[in-house]
Amino acid sequence: MTLDETDRAILNRLQDDLPLTAYPYASAAQELGLSEPDLLARLTRLKNERVITRFGPFFDAAAIGGAFCLCAMAVPPEHFETVLTKVNAHAEVAHNYERTHRLNMWFVLATETPEGIEATADAIERETGICVLRFPKLQEFFIGFRVAA
Amino acid sequence: MIDAKDREIIEALQGGLPLVPAPYAQVADSLGIDEDALLHRLADLKSRGVIRRIAAAPNHYKLGMTSNGMTVWDVEDARITELGAQIGALPFVTHCYERPRALPDWPYNLFAMVHGQDRNEVEEKRAEITSILGDACRAKDILYSTRILKKTGLRLKTKG
Repeated sequence: MTLDETDRAILNRLQDDLPLTAYPYASAAQELGLSEPDLLARLTRLKNERVITRFGPFFDAAAIGGAFCLCAMAVPPEHFETVLTKVNAHAEVAHNYERTHRLNMWFVLATETPEGIEATADAIERETGICVLRFPKLQEFFIGFRVAA
Repeated sequence: MIDAKDREIIEALQGGLPLVPAPYAQVADSLGIDEDALLHRLADLKSRGVIRRIAAAPNHYKLGMTSNGMTVWDVEDARITELGAQIGALPFVTHCYERPRALPDWPYNLFAMVHGQDRNEVEEKRAEITSILGDACRAKDILYSTRILKKTGLRLKTKG
C-alpha cells in the first residue's frame, strides 16, 4: 500500500505512548488534526496491510517476573521451513528473523519465568536436533525503537 | 509481581488494543469488570513498568527501511560499558546490547541493530561504528535480515 502524509504522521505519533484514557483515539486524532473515525479507519488499514504489526500495550516480560533471550540456530537450508514450523509453534517465540549467516535463524524467547527460557530452548533443541545458542542481554545500552515514517 | 486479575488483563490485551472508540470499555466488558477499574489497573501496571508504553509496532520493511543489519562486534571487555554507551547513543542504532560470546563459533559481545533504506546506507552507518570502536574491536560482522519469520510480542500461556 502507498502511505500518504497523514499515514506517516499517524505512524510517527503512534510509536509514542498513547494516554490511558477512555477515548485514547479521540485525543490522538485531535493532536493529528483528524477525526476519530478517520484515524480508526486508517489504523485499521495500516494494521490489515501489516504496516503496523501490532497496536497496543508493550509488556515487559522482566517486570512480570519473566525473561527475554535472543537465540540463534544454524539451520540447514533444506530443512529451514520444517525447523521454522517447529520453532514458531512455541508461543514463547516472540519474534523470529532469517539472517545472512551460518547462524541463519535468530529469535527472541519471552517467557514468564527465567527457567522458561532454558526449558523452551531445550525443547526446541530436542524437537529439531539443532543446537540453540543463547544470548541473554548482559547490559542494555539504549532502546530507540522508533523509526521515522 | 502480578495477580490473577492483572494476568487476565494482560491476556486480553496481548493481541493488541481494539481499534474502536472506547477500547478499554470493550476489554473491560469481556473481562466482566468496569472500565474505570480496568484503567486503574492499567495505570498501576504502567507505573510499575509492566507496561512500557501503548503504541504501534511498525513494520520497518513496509516503511521503506528494507535493510536491517544486526552489527556484531568483539569488543575488549574492559571497555565494553564505555563504548557500548557511545554506540547505543548513535541516532541510527535502534537496539544495543552486550551479550555473552559463544566461543569458538561466536566471538562477538556487542550487538547493535542498524536500519537503512538499503545496504549501502547500513554499511555507511556501520563504518561510523567501526571508527568509534577503533582498536578496542578485534572482530566484526553484520547479519542482514532477509525475512520476518514471526513477530507477535509476549504471549502469556493460558493457564487452566
